Amino acid sequence: MNVNVGMADLMSLAPELFLLGAALSILMIDLFVSQQRRGLTHFLSLLALVLTAILTLRPHTEEIRVFGGMFVRDGAADLLKVAMLVTMAAVFVYAKPYLRDRGLFVGEFYVLALFGTLGMMLMASSANLLLLYLGLELLALSSYALVALNRDSSLSSEAAMKYFVLGALASGMLLYGMSMVYGATGSLDFGSIHGAASLAYENRNLLVLGVTFIVVGTAFKLGAAPFHMWLPDVYEGSPTAVTLFLASAPKIAAFAMAYRLLGDALGPMALEWQQMLAVLAVLSLAIGNLAAIMQTNLKRMLAYSTVSHIGFLLLGLASGTNDGFAASMFYAITYAIGAAAAFGLIILLARNGREADQIADFSGLNQRNPWYALLMLMVMASMAGVPIWVGFVAKLAVLKAAVGAGLLWLAIVGAVFAVIGAFYYLRVIKVMYFDPPADPEPFALPDDRPFRILLSINGLALLGLGIFAGPLWAWCLEVASR
Amino acid sequence: MSIELALFWFFAAIATGAAVGVISVRNSVHAALLLVLTFFSVACVWLLAKAEFLAIALVLVYVGAVMVLFLFVVMMLDIRTDIVREGFARYLPFAILVAVAMLVEMLALIGWRRMSGVEAPAVDPAAAAGVSHTEWIGQALFTDYLLPFEIAAVILTVAIIAAIALTLRPRKAGSKAQDPGRQVLVRKEDRLRVVKMPAERVESEGGR
Repeated sequence: MNVNVGMADLMSLAPELFLLGAALSILMIDLFVSQQRRGLTHFLSLLALVLTAILTLRPHTEEIRVFGGMFVRDGAADLLKVAMLVTMAAVFVYAKPYLRDRGLFVGEFYVLALFGTLGMMLMASSANLLLLYLGLELLALSSYALVALNRDSSLSSEAAMKYFVLGALASGMLLYGMSMVYGATGSLDFGSIHGAASLAYENRNLLVLGVTFIVVGTAFKLGAAPFHMWLPDVYEGSPTAVTLFLASAPKIAAFAMAYRLLGDALGPMALEWQQMLAVLAVLSLAIGNLAAIMQTNLKRMLAYSTVSHIGFLLLGLASGTNDGFAASMFYAITYAIGAAAAFGLIILLARNGREADQIADFSGLNQRNPWYALLMLMVMASMAGVPIWVGFVAKLAVLKAAVGAGLLWLAIVGAVFAVIGAFYYLRVIKVMYFDPPADPEPFALPDDRPFRILLSINGLALLGLGIFAGPLWAWCLEVASR
Repeated sequence: MSIELALFWFFAAIATGAAVGVISVRNSVHAALLLVLTFFSVACVWLLAKAEFLAIALVLVYVGAVMVLFLFVVMMLDIRTDIVREGFARYLPFAILVAVAMLVEMLALIGWRRMSGVEAPAVDPAAAAGVSHTEWIGQALFTDYLLPFEIAAVILTVAIIAAIALTLRPRKAGSKAQDPGRQVLVRKEDRLRVVKMPAERVESEGGR
């Protein structure tokens, strides 16, 4: 193949190129901004995200493949990218008061997060093992540094070290699997791998081994049990603003990775990876939900709840059907929105350099501030999967997909654990509404108006998306059909 | 079993064995030396696949530059001077062992070249295009693989930003560091003060 990079290639890459340019410019501009006017960096970062989203949404006819088929721009990539950019914008808005309080309001946070976003976007658009891996590393490297951003906290340093070592291990697994797939099919291109894997094939065992390692690597990055060990410690140890980042948009990226790898490249191997994903899903549901019950730290509880949500996400992927992929996509996007709101609320309560990450910190919140207690109720209800909230729609969609693919037992396991999981979400609601407040004073709200408005919108969106789930669901269904 | 395959197994066995050694030996200098051996064996495997440029780059960059730096750091960390002084003699046997293993690998490669001649393997895109390996890699890197290449550059940028963000600390407020910029800007008026005093006669008191 001989590729001439032309204008058409670059135009298809416009959102990524713009984001790269913006991140580099912000890096430079930030050097000349005094600490008092750091708000400029914040504003420019938000502007970059918004403009990138607009560029992403430019209409285009059908799926476009450029750079020798490495980079694909299709409906799924566009939807996932827009979802990532929107959640990243929420992350920036929520993170600002927290960072400012703790002397972490530095340009590096924004620059690294923007580079991480670039990595996520590349993952969503990759049609080549090499590009996917590089996008993943770009995201991972930015995340490691962000976790360690609070250098004076030993907890953060430990979390970063753990994340780095386990992340490197996961990358190693993934690369090993990729090398085997390359060895078995002779190509890095998803289309060619798909073609080679669907033929009756002498290297089938090698291919299966490669698929196994790829699934393990993906499970590591998603945080599925039994590869979830890093998740609770990293969530607890990172500054809450960074936890907010890790918990939201990268989950969409991890889904994008699984979607591209398992669907685009290894679709013909579905029989093999379906079983693996089913086991991972059951383990994640069990371990995530049962371990979350025992947590007193809200960040740890949400970490284990992430594991259980990943279990649901895998339930949809394990179906291997278009409906299953669409359901998982819907789940990943709505979960990211919910997680952003949950950590935003933790940031809201964390004032004056104190963390509010214990569940006890939320006791009697209703008496201190009924509105934010109501928002927390919405988030918890959505995560628990109470009807009319979006979490219910998402859970229903993946369960339906699993039943549709003949995995009835898996759907039953999922439903049982959804009920068990409801316990710890309801406990938070009970603590907020029925326990006496530890501190009867109404707490001082942050004077950051965009933060409060966006948090309210975000909480209400969980309800709104639950009632009017149609358009987003239709969009997911449309782009996931191959 | 063809001789190529036998050589491949030989190099692969050394590479794997040395790699296991890297993570299992307790002495960090030994571990670094074993890592050198691992890289070298992998370079041999690449030579076997006729990827000369990559093999040489691996030896030059990793064995030649990165690992020497690595060894340097490891030895510097052992700060006690008596150990540093006797280090050369102490590590010599092991270093010779590694060197001998490398020599054997090199001789095996040369012997294989002599025996088999230099015909290219069946699928060699460089030979098919009629250009040298280096040229072909350069071509591929800047046309077919332009996008991954540029993203790798972005990853390196992020690595630099992260390294600086995590290690650079601003000077503490009370530190007495010199600022050469301000030093050279100093003017006579800032430092010197001419004090006018009336002339006085000091009475010498002579001897008491």
